[in-house]
Amino acid sequence: MTDIEILLAQFEEIANNPKKQLEQYISEGKKVIGCYPYYVPEELIYAAGMIPMGLWGKRGNPNKAKEYFAPFYCSLVQMNLEMALNGDLQKLSGVVHTTLCDTLRPSSQNFRVAMDKIPMIFLAHPQNRKPEFGVEYTMAIYSKMLNQLEEIVGRKVSAGDIKEAIKVYNENRQAKREFVKNAGMHPELISAVQRSAVLKSSYFMEKHLHTTMLNELNKMLQASPIEEWHGTRVVTSGIICDNPSFLKILDDNRIAIAADDVAHESRSFRKDAPYNEDPIRSLAVQFADQDQDTILYDPSLNSRPSHIIDLVKNSNAQGVIVLMMTFCDPEEMEYPSLYNALKEAKIPCLKIGYNHQITDFGQARTSLQAFAEVLSMKN
Amino acid sequence: MNDVKKDLKKPAKIMLREIVDKVYAEAWEAKKRGEPVGWSSSKFPAEIAETLGLKVCYPENQAAAIAAKHGGKRMCEYAESLGYDNDICGYARISLAFAAGAECEEKPMPQPDFLLCCNNICNCMTKWYENIARMHNIPLIMIDIPYNNTPEVNDENITYIRAQFENAIKQLEKISGKKFNTEKFKRVCENANRTAKAWLKACSFCQYKPSPLSGFDLFNHMAVVVTARCRKESAEAFEALAAEYEESVNNGTSTWHYDENYRIMFEGIPCWPELQNLFRPLKEKGINTTAIVYAPAFGFVYNNMDEMIRAYCKAPNSVCLETGVDWREGICRENKVDGILVHYNRSCKPWSGYMPEMERRFRKDLGVAVVGFDGDQADPRNFANAQYITRVEGLYEIMESKKNGGL
Ligand code: SF4
Ligand code: SF4
Repeated sequence: MTDIEILLAQFEEIANNPKKQLEQYISEGKKVIGCYPYYVPEELIYAAGMIPMGLWGKRGNPNKAKEYFAPFYCSLVQMNLEMALNGDLQKLSGVVHTTLCDTLRPSSQNFRVAMDKIPMIFLAHPQNRKPEFGVEYTMAIYSKMLNQLEEIVGRKVSAGDIKEAIKVYNENRQAKREFVKNAGMHPELISAVQRSAVLKSSYFMEKHLHTTMLNELNKMLQASPIEEWHGTRVVTSGIICDNPSFLKILDDNRIAIAADDVAHESRSFRKDAPYNEDPIRSLAVQFADQDQDTILYDPSLNSRPSHIIDLVKNSNAQGVIVLMMTFCDPEEMEYPSLYNALKEAKIPCLKIGYNHQITDFGQARTSLQAFAEVLSMKN
Repeated sequence: MNDVKKDLKKPAKIMLREIVDKVYAEAWEAKKRGEPVGWSSSKFPAEIAETLGLKVCYPENQAAAIAAKHGGKRMCEYAESLGYDNDICGYARISLAFAAGAECEEKPMPQPDFLLCCNNICNCMTKWYENIARMHNIPLIMIDIPYNNTPEVNDENITYIRAQFENAIKQLEKISGKKFNTEKFKRVCENANRTAKAWLKACSFCQYKPSPLSGFDLFNHMAVVVTARCRKESAEAFEALAAEYEESVNNGTSTWHYDENYRIMFEGIPCWPELQNLFRPLKEKGINTTAIVYAPAFGFVYNNMDEMIRAYCKAPNSVCLETGVDWREGICRENKVDGILVHYNRSCKPWSGYMPEMERRFRKDLGVAVVGFDGDQADPRNFANAQYITRVEGLYEIMESKKNGGL
């Protein structure tokens, strides 16, 4: 095994075993806070000396969650509730629940009722986030979140703690952005499966540790000579794309992920928190700066398609694969604009249905093989 | 003279229909004059545009009308041909199809010059209106009302929303070319309050046994609360409606022409394309609807700006589970229902998303029969009549058994 492979195996081990990570933290006497998607200011949790862990569902079928949701809700939210009802989350000291889409709204209520033993920190982000009044509202709700965290941890969190956390998180985001670039340049060294594991593992790790490992990997990748890639390159877009069986199809067909517009991946680390004397304001401004996301109001109306086109161009990709999360209406709503823009820019686009329940990606395999051929002809 | 008398006696139902027609007629006239015409979500603070004299149409109302006239499937399919997934709310699909130029004789309205979006009822609204703004390259005025987790609205929400109201006023002053007149605003608010009170009063007649009305009538009359709540004539029409119901109570008449063996709450919005099918087994079994959630949801009364903001925070789908349950249980008790028929509306994720938990609470708190069925407010492809009939029969049987002392 090369040094790169050893490091990748470590990332994979963590990404595939969140439960083990959780047990480890609990055994060390640390408190863990679960975080629903999207845009939870994890810095506050880190500053309070607790461990934030991402809750993005897991592979499988909802069973107990059916007591709360009709079938037409995304598997991300259904499987989070399923985990909660199965007792997988009982060791958490709290869960932050957001509300940016129409599924998260009722989910927050279902989760609160179903998990009444665990404090739920409710976080209703603003859509009019950019004007000063939006920033101030975000500050107010972040401050409330901090108060709840302080109650859980039983101590006050200082501005200094938060500033330090912001530094740690900005460094981590920076490292992830670099990694995405490096992985795009070295598909021969980083498979799609491994790329996903490296990014996913950060949801289950203390960020400074993730950064340390990732910086090491980045250094090794940067030192590796660029090799010619005998395959195609794509930009992926969607909510989440972490199923190794699916990603392996990309690898089998030599389709490299050159960049991504995936909520679970790059959308979550595109923007750093800028420095401000008041660290709560830094975090609020960071949220205000978020853009090009299907779940966020876009005052400029059309920034996402052009962002994705830029991603394609800047990463030398030949096409876009849209992983359409089943029953995700924000993503569905923004698909026609994206599709039309890509068509106009003559960028091939393939839409594939995706969710946590799919075990057989046979149909996706056939479409991806055909898509790879289309892309290779573009070369 | 005689004519005037006759006119005064116009049935409230007609008065109400004429008001909605007038809203659209005025929008067409404004368009012809070259004035800007807006499209607004149903719970955008209508008081603002009304004060500025701007003419506004209501896509949700249009979509409901199209669906009721059986154009829903065609329009939804048109939207799907543009790439909009059939998972998306049917109202949004119909509206996007219309905005994109789909022919629609069922309920045409002028295309928009500006958009008024308030996402208190759902987040779907945000992207729906953004898409239309993109298609037409027109301004979008966005009022964001964050979802609530408690019955009380937090002060930071009020501050945030108040700033957005002020912003919206500024944007609309530019669009209308007029200054916002606070005196007129006051009068408009008075009208809105009077309409809300009259609407609530009319709805309250469902409490009589037998009820002087079929609760489904209220779904139709709701169009006025959505499209014209700031107008004096709307208040007058609802007052007339309430007076008619009062007269019916005294005369022992009703717009429900069947037996009233049982009384239910119909949870959610009806499946507009299937009104006949919805109605059939209910009338056959003598089950009248005497409670609908839109009564409290649109009957909001306020005395000042802060209260008005709080009122707009209380939309279906923006309130927490407990408030949602309270609203419903309140009207179920007042209107003495024996059962609840829950529409699992495929179009409305925020609404249907907590229905299973609500069902449990209704059973526990009210001890009434509760049965659900799958449907859709606008897309007939999501409704199966056979399932619906079976579920209504099930509801009837439980109500019978409860009446006879069973569980
Ligand atoms: S944005 Fe989509 S995937 Fe995410 S919670 Fe909402 S519906 Fe589910
Ligand atoms: S039906 Fe539901 S999702 Fe559709 S517009 Fe109304 S509130 Fe929104």
